Amino acid sequence: MIARRAFALSLAFLLGGCSGIQSALGRDGRHGEIFGGLFAIFLAVTLFVYLIVIAFLLAGIFRRRGKRQDGLPDEEGESREASLRKGLIGWAAFIALGLSVLTVASFVADRLMAQASGPDPLRIQIVAHQWWWEVRYEDADPSRTFRTANELHLPVGVPVQITLMSNDVIHSFWVPNLAGKQDLIPGRTTQIALHPTREGVYRGQCAEYCGLQHARMALDVTVEPVAAFRTWRTQQLLPAPLPRTPLQQAGLRYVETRECGACHSIVGTRASGQVAPDLTHLASRRTIGAGTYPMSRGHLYAWVADPQSAKPGNRMPHIPLEPDQLHAIVAYLETLR
Amino acid sequence: MSSPSPARAAIVLLLALGGCDRESREPRGRPLPETGPQIAPQRTAMMNGVPVPTTEDPRADDYEGNAYHVAQGYRYFAWMNCSGCHANGGGGMGPPLMDDEWRYGGSMEQIAATIIQGRPNGMPSYRGRVTEQQVWQLAAFVRSLSAQNRQDVLPGRTDAPRNTEPQTLQEPQPVVETGVANDSASQE
Repeated sequence: MIARRAFALSLAFLLGGCSGIQSALGRDGRHGEIFGGLFAIFLAVTLFVYLIVIAFLLAGIFRRRGKRQDGLPDEEGESREASLRKGLIGWAAFIALGLSVLTVASFVADRLMAQASGPDPLRIQIVAHQWWWEVRYEDADPSRTFRTANELHLPVGVPVQITLMSNDVIHSFWVPNLAGKQDLIPGRTTQIALHPTREGVYRGQCAEYCGLQHARMALDVTVEPVAAFRTWRTQQLLPAPLPRTPLQQAGLRYVETRECGACHSIVGTRASGQVAPDLTHLASRRTIGAGTYPMSRGHLYAWVADPQSAKPGNRMPHIPLEPDQLHAIVAYLETLR
Repeated sequence: MSSPSPARAAIVLLLALGGCDRESREPRGRPLPETGPQIAPQRTAMMNGVPVPTTEDPRADDYEGNAYHVAQGYRYFAWMNCSGCHANGGGGMGPPLMDDEWRYGGSMEQIAATIIQGRPNGMPSYRGRVTEQQVWQLAAFVRSLSAQNRQDVLPGRTDAPRNTEPQTLQEPQPVVETGVANDSASQE
């Protein structure tokens, strides 16, 4: 009874991985659908073979070996059954056929995935850092390129070609709802194609252990209608809005002239560091710290005041801020929509 | 009595545990709030080759003797574009950092003061641009370029390919304070 309950419970846990914003059997993208089909074919063929093997094993266990007519033990175990010979030949032929089906299916799935990328895809560059994602939207017109961090907006039904790079160690790009994994390797570029087919919010996750905060290296993926994507893109191209209140202005002054601007960049201000996430439209993102916390005033305060408590080991140093400086910085960051 | 007694096993275990504590990582710095070295106030006139007087700071040894802080300093050396002028320590637009000449002193406190205050002919002041802890970490890394730190703190390998031998194999360079001013003084 307990064993049955434990089995049901573990099954429920496993099935939990097949739904929601991070689903291992995701079918929200063309590549996920193709791969799901390939998975089903593999499952069917291998399950069929497995059942036959088990059936013969059971038959072998329950069926006694035949005896010689003179009553002596039969050492050679000579087969008196011609049907067994035929059966084994048939079995070998079936294995060859099954493997051929899997090979062809795998080849066809590969071709379909390659074709799913389309002739004129949206081009994006993603650079993985310990422990966040730098996202660069490319365009033929250089003035229409921009940088963001830890968020990926994609138009539904449009093929996407992503170039992957790493700045430090090996990471792996994985948005399970849309497609499979692809490693990001320092010193190399790799490619992955996406083709989202359903609107929604999905969670990408680094899938190659990359250090202390590997688990908190998430990518917030939003698949939206083409019009909404255009609006978002136009918004991202704008420089940061000017601060209005004296408090916000004091925050901008601190960010530009002190430690923040040495690593972070905010387009339209003098903060131009390139080693940390771009903050130009920080407040429009849904999370901070690569999916560590939802975006809110409280979490912003916690992060700026003591980043090493918010996400221990991350690369942002502790800056001993006075309370008025902290208020000013957070007030300014909240204007970055 | 050849079978290992529990006491002996416990001693071996304790000795093995000692290997787990090489150095501490204190990402927030210590104590809070971290402060820089007690350095003389910024002066308008600065003689090249004459080190700024600094008083000894007890934290200098903590940072210099900690491999984690040296590694962090290496990271910041690239991030803060120190390498833009000093290259990987070999020098370029700025003076080399891996030789035995120190224009403004080669102690932890003096290097920290140089980073915070800036120096004539191009070295900008990083006061307020980097945290005090980062200054200490940078100073510890700069010292490691000429193998000044303890042997077990120096990096045995670097993250990027390099054509110099690892610092663990180098002899520590003596700290010699020289500079243009001293050279011209000796010529007179």
